[in-house]
Parts: sequence; structure tokens; C-alpha cells
Amino acid sequence: MHLAYPAVLSALLFCTGLYGVLARRNAILVLMSVELMLNAVNLNLVAFDVWLSKAARETLHSGQALTLFTIAIAAAEIGIGLAIVLAVHRNRGTSDIDKLRDTSERHDPDDPDHDARPAEQSDEAQKAEATA
Amino acid sequence: MTLAATAALLATGPTTGAAAQTHGFLSPTGVEIAFLLVGLVTFGAALVTVTTRQLVHAALWLVVTLGGLAVEYLLLTAEFIAWVQVLIYVGSVVVLLLFGLMLTRAPIGRSPDADSGNRWAALAVAVAAAAALVWVVVDAFRTTWIDLDGPAAGSTEATGASLFQNWVLPFEALSVLLLAALVGAIVLSRKAKAESSSPPVNAPGVTKSSRTVTQGSGSSEQEGAR
Repeated sequence: MHLAYPAVLSALLFCTGLYGVLARRNAILVLMSVELMLNAVNLNLVAFDVWLSKAARETLHSGQALTLFTIAIAAAEIGIGLAIVLAVHRNRGTSDIDKLRDTSERHDPDDPDHDARPAEQSDEAQKAEATA
Repeated sequence: MTLAATAALLATGPTTGAAAQTHGFLSPTGVEIAFLLVGLVTFGAALVTVTTRQLVHAALWLVVTLGGLAVEYLLLTAEFIAWVQVLIYVGSVVVLLLFGLMLTRAPIGRSPDADSGNRWAALAVAVAAAAALVWVVVDAFRTTWIDLDGPAAGSTEATGASLFQNWVLPFEALSVLLLAALVGAIVLSRKAKAESSSPPVNAPGVTKSSRTVTQGSGSSEQEGAR
């Protein structure tokens, strides 16, 4: 098999995940796109490891070992990420990452979206918005 | 994109090297045809995952994508990785994502605000990155040939031997990391339970969701105690 096939598929999957991370608004959909990017990396690692283990005489199988590590780290990442998303959803009433703007830069003091109102009021407004 | 690249390869293929002479892109082997077909299904499912407006459908299309990747691992003779992929990704990660969608009360039907306003900028970035990556990768590896004959490179025996001979220390460090992630997830849930139980002034919808989550954390505590 040509190495170009898995490499191209991996690049395309990575860019699909990149689009998802940049364009999605729900935090859980962003986590799904991150999973897509991690899987693209895994496919690349496996393909290059199979190629090198056949081309070289002695091999450490480092690609497959790193793939297993990546899978385990991705499982840990999805667990922690979902716990954070659930905590944010419980405190703010939303998992919409466009509305979580408390740490954004506030260069325009007249902008009503940023800091015209105090933080408590915006929290209450977000909770009321979530219950509506 | 890939068709154009393949056509360009066909034009320059026979002069670039011995590998391209013996294995041209015009006469694909059966494994390559299977890889291409499964790869098309995988890529299409990934595209639907990042573009659909129904949140639960996105998770279900993600199952198709991850399963297709498992088949690609099998075609690359990495069978242990393939079954680990099926077990962990399709079995647990997607189920975790579905639980997350339910606990955040995602809408079942179409949600019109699934995509943010910077969709076109994201599309431009992704297409530019895809073009650059595919161009570079095809240009670099168009004559490289993976020999899939002989014993499988990723059989369970080979993977286990290399993992427990050469990769023991990272393996143990990884188990510590998994334990830390387990404890971290429980701590995140518990602290939120203490906070949400003390002030009773929350809106009813918020307290309802917090009650659901505290039940979930309680069950995970029980599992941890077992």
C-alpha cells in the first residue's frame, strides 16, 4: 500500500477536526472535533510505524506504543473535559462557548457585552436565560 | 484535491523511483481499494459530524468515523490497535459524549445555533490547512511503499512484546496519569455538589441539572469505592 493513502486521509481528518473546533459553538461538539484530530494523529502514527517496522530490521514499535498512549490520554482528556463542561453548565446554565466571555479582553468599556454591567448581573442574566 | 494530486502523480510517477515503477497509482491493489472506500466513508462521516445541526446525530456519526478508522487499522495490519480503538473510542468515549449531551440538556431536534458566526473563517482556515498538508504529504511520500506481506506488524504479540520490553516506564507513568484523571473528575463533580447544595437561591432549571449531575458523581464514587 502506498503510504500516501493513510497520510492523506489523516491530513483530511485533521483538517475536518480543525474546522469543527473553530466553527462549533457547543462545548461538547468541540470535544468531538478534538477527538477527530487525535484520531487523525493516531492513523498517521500507525501507518508510519507499519512502514518503518517493515523497512527496518529492528524496531521499537514506537508508533504503535505512542498510539496506545494517545488513546489513553484522549480517554482521560474526554473525562476531564466533560466534567469541566458539566460544571460550567451547572454554574452558568449554558455550555455555549460563545457566551463564556468572562476572561476575554476588555478593550472597549462602552461595549455592553463586555463590562458595562457587573459580573453578578451577567451571571444572573445567563441563568435566567437558561431557565427561560 | 486528491484526484488532482493523483493525476499529477500518474504523470510523473514512472520517473521518480523504483517504488513508483513497481507500484503505480494506476493499478491499485485490493487492500488499497478497500482502504480508499473505507477512507471515503470515514471522511464523509467526519464531515457530517462537524456540520450536522442535530447534536445527537453528530455523536452517532462520530461512531461511524471511529469505526471506519478501526477498519483502516485492520487494513494496515495493526489489529491490536484496531480492537483497542473499538473498545475505548466506540465503546466508552462516544457513550461519555452522549451522557454529556444528555446532562447538558442538549436539544433533540435541530438546533439552529450549533455553528458560531465565524464559520466561514474556520472553513477558510481548514481548507487552507488541508491544501497545504495534502500537498506536502503527497509530495514527500508519493514513492513510499508499505509492504503489508509477511507477519503482521501490529499483532498482539509484537505490540505486547515491544510495550513491555521497551515502553514499561511510560506505561506505568500512564497508569498514574489515568488515576490522576479519575480523581480529578471525581473532585470536579464533588466540589460542584457542595457549592450547589449550599445556596438554595438557584433557578429551578439549574438546580434540576445539578441534581442530575450529583447523582452521576455519587454513582462514580460508588464505583471508585468498589
